[in-house]
Amino acid sequence: MPGGRGVPWGVQLPPFETLVDAHAHELHRFLVGLVGDADAEDCLQETYMAALRTYPTLRNGENLRAWLYTIAQRKATDLVRRRVRRPTRDLDGVDPAAPPAHELVDDGLWHTVAALPTKQRAAIVQRFVLDLAYAEIGERMGISEEAARQNVSAGLRKLRQQVDR
Amino acid sequence: MSDDLERRLAGEAPAAGPLDLDRFRQAFVRRADEAGLVDVAYGQLESPLGTLTAFVTPAGLVRLSYPGEPIERQLEELASRVSPRILAAPERTDAARRQLDEYFAGRRQRFDVPVDWRLLHGFREAVLRATAAIPFGSVASYRSIAAAAGSPNAYRAAGNALGSNPIPIVVPCHRVLHSGGGLGGYTGGLDRKRYLLGLEGVLGA
Repeated sequence: MPGGRGVPWGVQLPPFETLVDAHAHELHRFLVGLVGDADAEDCLQETYMAALRTYPTLRNGENLRAWLYTIAQRKATDLVRRRVRRPTRDLDGVDPAAPPAHELVDDGLWHTVAALPTKQRAAIVQRFVLDLAYAEIGERMGISEEAARQNVSAGLRKLRQQVDR
Repeated sequence: MSDDLERRLAGEAPAAGPLDLDRFRQAFVRRADEAGLVDVAYGQLESPLGTLTAFVTPAGLVRLSYPGEPIERQLEELASRVSPRILAAPERTDAARRQLDEYFAGRRQRFDVPVDWRLLHGFREAVLRATAAIPFGSVASYRSIAAAAGSPNAYRAAGNALGSNPIPIVVPCHRVLHSGGGLGGYTGGLDRKRYLLGLEGVLGA
């Protein structure tokens, strides 16, 4: 259609709808790895809401998938922090015996993963839950294949220290 | 040792139920709409002229398309010309759907859903606004529409503007004919123009 105003933001962004169709499933699996099944869908809602809020102001429409992964990772981190804080709050009136509603299936190992630094945790989840190659992990995290590999091995090293202790 | 750790990570990974994408999307669209974050909502509606797609902004109906125009291309165009915050949100198109249903059932002669004119500028906008004023069951010539838009001699340009009408039916470009009585052109194909004029009693059914 001629006569339009062109692209007001200078970047050609795809309709947001396509980001839901294309990435909701994989982001959900990613979040299951980060926060567990019970909270993954809420976290995914938060992720897409935050993404939609800032979407039109994006300066770069190139690696939208990595952008979504970054937001998901941040939302997962927020949630994990809230969980850590929850016990102190529980002492103020809430039944302290009530089990935390959002618990990872626990034999300790994945709890240990939850305590890793964000990037290592995200890389470990993508490697071992999503079964992705390093190049794919790098693409989703917006880092190089080599950096993805380093994040996984650094994470594994830390895990080993914890588990072998 | 290390292999064992990696095997355990994979084997003991948190179990995942599959994501119900439709349910997720519905909940998300509802929240996004409540937060005022859906700049363009769209939904489909059935009509005797095929499945139409309505695109609605907070200002009103911005686009109505006939089948055959690939939805992906329309979404991309609206993403660049209106806003990329586009979501399928059929409830937001309910008012347009209801009025179009009534029109096709012969129970409505005037649309009063608000129209968002932002895809139109200058002469094209003037032509289509003049067209919007042609009442149900009446017709106008390309020349008279060009005149109403301020340029009596620009009837060819008026024809082009009508041919790229983003909101057919509601902005009734089908009511513009050649002064000699010829049908002229139509964005949805001449059969559809004939159907609409028949529905309005201008042409014998």
